Amino acid sequence: MSERATVLYDVPGPRARRLNLVISVIFGALLAALVWWLLALLARKNQLTAQKWAPFLEAQNWTTYLLPGLWATLQAAAVSVIIALPVGALLGIGRLADHAWVRWPAGIIVEFFRSIPVIILMLFAFQLWYFVVGTSSPFAAVVIGLVLYNGSVLAEVFRAGILAVPKGQTEAAMAIGLSRSQTITMILLPQAITTMLPAVVSQLVVVVKDTALGGILVGYVELRRSAGTSASAYRNLLPTYIVVALIYIVINLLLGYLSTYLERKLRSRHGGPRVEVVNVGVQTDLLGRQEIMVLDEPGSATVKPQGRSGYSPP
Amino acid sequence: MNFSFLSDPQYDILGAFWMTVQLTFFSAIGAFVLGVVLAAMRVSPVPLMRGFGAGVVNIVRNIPLTVIIIMMSQVIANQLGVRLASPGPGLSTQAALDLGNFRLAVVGFVIYTSTFVCEAIRSGINTVPAGQAEAARAIGLTFSQVLRIVVLPQAIRAVVAPLGSVLIALTKNTTVASAIGVSEAALLMNTLIENEADKFTAVFLVIAAGFIVLTLPTGLVFGALAKKASVKR
Repeated sequence: MSERATVLYDVPGPRARRLNLVISVIFGALLAALVWWLLALLARKNQLTAQKWAPFLEAQNWTTYLLPGLWATLQAAAVSVIIALPVGALLGIGRLADHAWVRWPAGIIVEFFRSIPVIILMLFAFQLWYFVVGTSSPFAAVVIGLVLYNGSVLAEVFRAGILAVPKGQTEAAMAIGLSRSQTITMILLPQAITTMLPAVVSQLVVVVKDTALGGILVGYVELRRSAGTSASAYRNLLPTYIVVALIYIVINLLLGYLSTYLERKLRSRHGGPRVEVVNVGVQTDLLGRQEIMVLDEPGSATVKPQGRSGYSPP
Repeated sequence: MNFSFLSDPQYDILGAFWMTVQLTFFSAIGAFVLGVVLAAMRVSPVPLMRGFGAGVVNIVRNIPLTVIIIMMSQVIANQLGVRLASPGPGLSTQAALDLGNFRLAVVGFVIYTSTFVCEAIRSGINTVPAGQAEAARAIGLTFSQVLRIVVLPQAIRAVVAPLGSVLIALTKNTTVASAIGVSEAALLMNTLIENEADKFTAVFLVIAAGFIVLTLPTGLVFGALAKKASVKR
């Protein structure tokens, strides 16, 4: 990984290697100075004392605040995804329907909920739940908000996945006399689902991160909010936030690796549909607006369709 | 449906959306600059810089924006005493607090969004086939010529659409600033829903319309730009 030719530069020769070494040393020194300055600042503000960090060695802190918070976060994320997947599948298939009266409403729903911030959806869901059910439920607000948004995003993933199945499959299905719905459920979906899997897993990262929005205005006690209570009890805001950030990073990196693993596995698989798994999934909707599904190698798979009507690849 | 709150002077709906626009504008500029720097590091020939860039991106991107924004206020400002605005002549204590929170939110958005800008740019550069640069070097172009004439013109085209999506995502993400009391659209909606609970559907539709008005043109403009710039390979 250290020496390679890229589009920007060749494999370094002796002179370039010397120059790289010099830059490395200077950059390394700057980084070390930055770290030192940060540590000195933290020490000056009494943030590095044992007293501030010891609460993380206490079982009570974990069992009272952090683990229940983490559980609430994972619960909301899992329930949201389980509901959002079928919703997304329905909307995604709806957008590909032959009938305009199915296609248009599905398209409008997807576009509407994709353009609105999740917090706004959660606030609305909170009040809606109170109005309909009569009790306030932050959990329901978080789940409904996440389902509305991620259902719409997953609809686009489903749509792209189905469009990515080679056209010959549809033609063959038509030739043997399958109806449109039979073609979708028996031929296209089974092939699409495997190619979409990495994109779905990386959408999980977004869901896990977005559960934290529930702690702001609708009062769902997820990891961050629960840890905030712990921080006021132990008077260690900075260490607590660092630990919370670390927990999120570990969960999301693991999900990212899972997505990359699935993507690699799909790419090396023999047989099945020949679809190109691209690094950045840019999806164009009817308005010409584009959305990146995922951006980097941890979980960066979206499927690239092979040119069909209603969809223009980037 | 009752939209009477629209004419109630106690709710400054336009002002709240103006705050959303301001947050988006300043964060977008900052995130673009920082994103370019991060991308330059990630594609540089120096392994240490590449590692640092990758580390920053993978750490920041995996932290919820909510955690970053609240950290800016509670940890950076309150615990470490970093003040981005201080009261003085012409700036009352409350105004300084508001301005400080606004700036903290912008810094948080810049840090978070720059990682997405970085990845968009990096993947744009990666869409240029290595053979292009090899051919350019083979005919004797220098590094800056390769970059200027061959690589960047192709990379920029591939970057326009993803950057548009990042901008739209940023516009929606500015609602997280409500967590530290910046009076933007989401915080206003919270107040409205508390005071006018019976009209919550109307409130939702108005705020939703506001965001659609903000994000739709962005999408259309970037979509048109991307279409115009797209290169057939």
